[in-house]
Amino acid sequence: MNSTRTTRVRARVQHQGGTLRIALMLAPAMTVVLVFFVGGIGYALLQSLGYQPFIGRTDLSLDAYRAILDDPAVRASLGLTLRLALVGTSLSAVLGTGIALLIHRLGRSRRWGFALMQLNLAVPHVVGALAIGLLLSQSGLLARLAHGAGLVGAPATFPALVADAHGFGIVAEYVWKETPFLALLALTALGRGTDQLGHAAQVLGAGPLQRLRHVIVPAVLPPVAAGSILVFAFVLGSYEVPYLLGRPFPATLPVVAYEYYTDIDLSYRAEAMAIAVLIALLALAAMLGFLALVGRLARRAT
Amino acid sequence: MRSRRLSGNHFLLLLVAAVLWAPLLPLILRAFTDAWRYPDLLPERLTLRGLRTVLGPGSEVLHGLALSTAIAVSVAVLACATAWPAGRAIGTHRFRGRRAVQALLLTPVVVPALAAAMGLQILFVRLGLAATIPGVVLVHLVPALPYATSILAAGFANLDVDYETQARLLGARGVRRTVEVTLPLMRAPLTAAAVMAFLISWSDFLLTLLIGAGRVKTLPLQLFSAINATDTTVAASVALVVIAPALLLVGFAAGPLARFSQANLGRGPL
Repeated sequence: MNSTRTTRVRARVQHQGGTLRIALMLAPAMTVVLVFFVGGIGYALLQSLGYQPFIGRTDLSLDAYRAILDDPAVRASLGLTLRLALVGTSLSAVLGTGIALLIHRLGRSRRWGFALMQLNLAVPHVVGALAIGLLLSQSGLLARLAHGAGLVGAPATFPALVADAHGFGIVAEYVWKETPFLALLALTALGRGTDQLGHAAQVLGAGPLQRLRHVIVPAVLPPVAAGSILVFAFVLGSYEVPYLLGRPFPATLPVVAYEYYTDIDLSYRAEAMAIAVLIALLALAAMLGFLALVGRLARRAT
Repeated sequence: MRSRRLSGNHFLLLLVAAVLWAPLLPLILRAFTDAWRYPDLLPERLTLRGLRTVLGPGSEVLHGLALSTAIAVSVAVLACATAWPAGRAIGTHRFRGRRAVQALLLTPVVVPALAAAMGLQILFVRLGLAATIPGVVLVHLVPALPYATSILAAGFANLDVDYETQARLLGARGVRRTVEVTLPLMRAPLTAAAVMAFLISWSDFLLTLLIGAGRVKTLPLQLFSAINATDTTVAASVALVVIAPALLLVGFAAGPLARFSQANLGRGPL
C-alpha cells in the first residue's frame, strides 16, 4: 500500500519534471514566435488603432480601418490581390498535381523529376520577377519567338503580359515558382502506397476513372490543399513580384501598405498598419476556412 | 539506372523541364550582352561588362554577397539551434497541447509576416535593432523557424531513440551522447533544416527592406534597385550572383531536401 503510493508520487514528480523539460525545450522557439511574430502583429494592431506615442497619439479608434475601406486605392487593391492569389494558387495546384502524376508514372527515373522540382527553390522571387519580365515583356524572348514565327510585328503588337491590367505577369511568376512546390507535396503523397491501393482497386474491378476518384484524389488532395493555403498566404503578403511586374494602380495590398508606411506624413502609418492587419486577417480566414472544409470532408468520409 | 527507352512520359517531363527553365534563359543571355535588338532571337555581341561591373573591385554587390552570406548563415545557425530542442519535443514526446504548439510554431508561414515586421519596426527602433544586421537576422528568423522546426520534428520522429538509450547505458553523458550519437543520426534533417533556413534568409526581400530600412543592403535589395535602374545587363548579372550560390547549395543538399520535403511542408512558397 505504502509502496504503491510512493510509486504514484514518484510517477507524478517525474511527469511534472517531464512537462517542465518539454516546456524548456519549446521555450526558445516559442519565444521567437511569440515575441517577434505575435508581438509584432500586436504592435501593428495597436498602431492600426491609432496608438502612435511617438507623435503623441495614445487614444484608440477605428479611423484607420474606416479610412482604408473608403480609400479607392485600397478597394481596387483588395479585389486585385484576392484575384491574383486565387488564380495563382489554383493554377499552381492544378499544374502541380498534373506534373506530380506525370513524374510518378516515370518509375525509376522519378528521382530526376524530384531533382527538377527541387531546383527552382534556389531562385528568389526578385530574380523570378526579373526573369519573367525578360521572358514575357513586349520585347521579351516570347515576343521574339512569336515574331520569328510570323505571328506579330512590332513589339506593341505582342499582347501586354507584363504591367498589364490583369496581372498576367504576376500570376505567371507565382505559378512558375509555386507549381514545383505543390508538385513535390503531391508526389510525396503519391509515394505512400497509392500504387498498391490502385492495384488492389484494379483487381477488384475499378476502372481508371474510379481509381482516380477513389485512390489518387483522396491521397493527393489533403497535402495539395494544405500547400495551397501556404501559397495563398504567401501571395497575399508578397511585395516584390507585384511591384516589379504589376501596375502602380491598382497595386496589390502589400505594395499599397508599404507606400503608406513610408509616407512622409506619419499619420498614414495607422492606415499602413491597418492594411497589414487586413492581410493577416485574410490569410487567417483562408486557413480557418480550409480547416473547416477539411473537418467537414473528414466527417463525411467516416 | 538509366532508362533505355524515351517514352512519351519522359518527353512530357522534358517539356516540363524546358518550361521550368525557360525564364532563366533570357536572364542568362541578358547578363552577357549589351546589344540585343528586338526581333533577334540571339544577342548580336556578347560582353563581360555586366559581370565585371558586378564582381569588379569596390563593387557594392560583392559587399552584398558577403553581407547576405553572413546574415543567412547566422539565420541558419540560430534557426537550427532554436528548432533543435523544439523539434525534439514535438518529434519524440507526446504531451498535452502538442498540436496547439505545432500550430502556433507554424503560424508565421500561414500568416504573412508583413504585419509583424511593420509592427516590430517601432520596437526595434527602441531596442537599437532597426537598420542593423542583428535586427535583420532576428526578423529573418521568424519565417525560417517554422521550416526548421517541422523538418527537425520529422527527423526526430524517425529517430530510433534506442541508439541513444544504448549510448546512455554504455555511459555516454549528455553532450557526448548528442555529438557522437544523435548528431550523426540526425545529419540529413539537420542539413535540410539549415539549408531551408539559409535559403529563406537569402531570398527575403520585404522583411529586410522593412527592418533594415534600406540600409542593410542584402543581394535581393541590390537586385531590386538594379532592376529599377536602367542597366538591364548589370541587373541580370546581379541576378546570376544571387542564384549561383543558392543553386550550389540546393545541389549539395538535394538528397536531404528531397527526403525531408516529406515533413508536412518541407519546402515552402518562400
